[in-house]
Amino acid sequence: MVNRSLSRREFVRLVTGGTTALLISFNTACRNKISKWHFLDEQEITLLDAIAEQIIPTDDFPGGRWANVSNFIDKQLDTYYRIHQTAYREGLAALEKTVIGMKGKKFEELSFAEQTTLLMMMESGEFRDNYWKDHPSADFFDMVRQHSLQGYYGSPGHGGNRDYVSYRMLGLDYPNVIGQNRYKDLSWRIYNSKSPEYAK
Amino acid sequence: MQNRHVNAVVIGAGAGGGVVAKDLSSGGLSVVLFERGRWHTFDEHGDDELTSQRTFPLKCGFGPDNERNWRMAPDGEKGWRKVFPNDWSYGNNAACVGSGTVSYGAMAWRFQPVDFHLKTKYGAMPGSTLDDWPLSYEELEPYYEKAEYELGVSGDPANDPFTPPRKNPYPMSGFSFNREGIILEKAAKNLGLHPFPIPMLRNSVPYNGRPACIRMRSCVGFACPVGAKAGTQNTVIPTALKTGNCELRINCMVSEIILDDKGRARGVRYYDADNKLREQTSDLVVVSASASETARLLLNSKSKLFPNGAGNNNGWVGRNIQDHAYTGAYGLFDDEVYDDVGPGACIAINDFNHRSPDIIGGGVLCNEFIRMPYQFTTIRPPDSRSWGKEHKDFQRHNFKRHIAIHGPVQEMPVFDKKVEVDPLVKDFWGIPVARISGLRHDNDIKVAHFLADKAEKWLKEAGAVYTWKAFPGKTGTPSQHQAGTCRMGNDPETSVTNRYGQLHEIDNIFIADGSLHVNNGGYNPALTILALGYWVGGHIIDTWKGTKMK
Repeated sequence: MVNRSLSRREFVRLVTGGTTALLISFNTACRNKISKWHFLDEQEITLLDAIAEQIIPTDDFPGGRWANVSNFIDKQLDTYYRIHQTAYREGLAALEKTVIGMKGKKFEELSFAEQTTLLMMMESGEFRDNYWKDHPSADFFDMVRQHSLQGYYGSPGHGGNRDYVSYRMLGLDYPNVIGQNRYKDLSWRIYNSKSPEYAK
Repeated sequence: MQNRHVNAVVIGAGAGGGVVAKDLSSGGLSVVLFERGRWHTFDEHGDDELTSQRTFPLKCGFGPDNERNWRMAPDGEKGWRKVFPNDWSYGNNAACVGSGTVSYGAMAWRFQPVDFHLKTKYGAMPGSTLDDWPLSYEELEPYYEKAEYELGVSGDPANDPFTPPRKNPYPMSGFSFNREGIILEKAAKNLGLHPFPIPMLRNSVPYNGRPACIRMRSCVGFACPVGAKAGTQNTVIPTALKTGNCELRINCMVSEIILDDKGRARGVRYYDADNKLREQTSDLVVVSASASETARLLLNSKSKLFPNGAGNNNGWVGRNIQDHAYTGAYGLFDDEVYDDVGPGACIAINDFNHRSPDIIGGGVLCNEFIRMPYQFTTIRPPDSRSWGKEHKDFQRHNFKRHIAIHGPVQEMPVFDKKVEVDPLVKDFWGIPVARISGLRHDNDIKVAHFLADKAEKWLKEAGAVYTWKAFPGKTGTPSQHQAGTCRMGNDPETSVTNRYGQLHEIDNIFIADGSLHVNNGGYNPALTILALGYWVGGHIIDTWKGTKMK
């Protein structure tokens, strides 16, 4: 049973969780040929990467894909965001289906501009067929948008913001060494001794 | 094993409860201080924005946890929906030793003298239960001072002509302004306003064995790494524990106050750290669990004499919940105005607190605490794009080029804005959950627009090249400033406790938290809650006689 595609996590579930857990784990194991991800599979990650890159595009600073936004979301789906697992699994599948239906190609194969247009349609709730009838596309988009921004601008400890990219972009000293980042400029220390630059 | 009987049970180790536990144990009473959360340290949280107490998409770092605590919130026509602590509709207040005072921004405001007799000043207000407090500012003043000295407040009111009168100066000098403060000070003076440094429960110099503030970026929403921020967890609670008379029982959820046949409290039932239901008997009970949870506990404590909950035969428990309708404006500047000197908020004006003939009430205006990177993704002018290149460009360009000014609108108490107990839904332990509903008074919205205009004008004078306002609506769940659900009063028909926080109907139950507030002022309420803790605690010590009240 324990083959190489089973992660340690799944193995623990297998041996501790009884029959139901066994079936679920087996199912998950089949889905995730590469056990690098916690919940999403490689295909879903590719799609999510493309969306994250749209939410936070690359300029002279890297975008959502490079910053590991997908990794952040995948990690949260196995911890704090377990309640969103179904929404992601179904939403990403529905998005792929809708896009193939409209364009004959996968989302990530489209040009950047085409992807933007599609996401704007999604954002304004213009996807209305099949799955989207009962699950407004605007809601799903907004959730992925917020989670992507969390991944890019939140603490790197949660799996995104690779190499403190967003903090560097904003010009924030990082890592924030307790007490140490303050000693470059002591002018704030004395009340009323304002630096002439701002006292004018 | 049965718990030893004690003189007093205090429920909730936050601002009010921490102070009362210290006063009672120092006065020789045996005390058990209950806290449903646990101790927290800076090291376990760091400066992780996503689990802070300010923006909490992943969880509320300082509690309550999503796994065991939920409430019901209004959901339009559908009725009610289940909400978790890290949803703004829940209305969270930290649940840990020190509670909100661990992770708050630590503004240390005294209410204005007039806040204690608003009805006298403004007259009865339609649609509001506006009333005078049963105690005056002058009576509470020594207790404000006690809070300022025992916990430690830094302030300098010299330039504030509207500062509430005080017998003694602040124990520590005020904080310097950061770059935003310097820019705003000049602009305020140009406008004829009176800017001054915000008083803070934060050390500007070493005080009471704790070091001076190191001006961290991540302050509000986070624990202090050096302990410069004063909370009950690093001041009065350790003092209480040192007396040897106080036992702090953490990870314990009190479910009910036990009422006897004569209509008095004889202790509490609680779920211990292993979720086992236990009893702790006591001579008296002090409830300081925050405006929502204090009301919930009273409503869940029923007996033959109190079929609607302890002290609730007049139906006022849980009513009049207030918060602050935050309002203000943002301004963008050509030059960088950010200097990374925390906590950010440093300058205030009192000019629009009860001093304008155009409005009833008002509020202080301050520059805002530092907006952390994820929080800033939500700060955009109306009709801005919320993703893509435009969003990223704005983030990059304006993170260090914007100033936010905001203030807490003094809310008018509304009887139908309330905390109830849900008839069906129970929490992890099986205790009926709270549900909070009701709308703000129209006056709050009017004042919010008035104050936002003033904030915008101030930013323009400071040189902002583009400004926009942000006001509250009539909805919104009272959260970290929640107050007013067990108001004190002289008339037992229209209040829950007397002027000492003692239930009108049950003489051995006291309240000591924001629930007591007859109104919530135009200021952050922490210092007033601390002062009321000393007021209530002092009264209990003065009147305690063996096993009963004098």
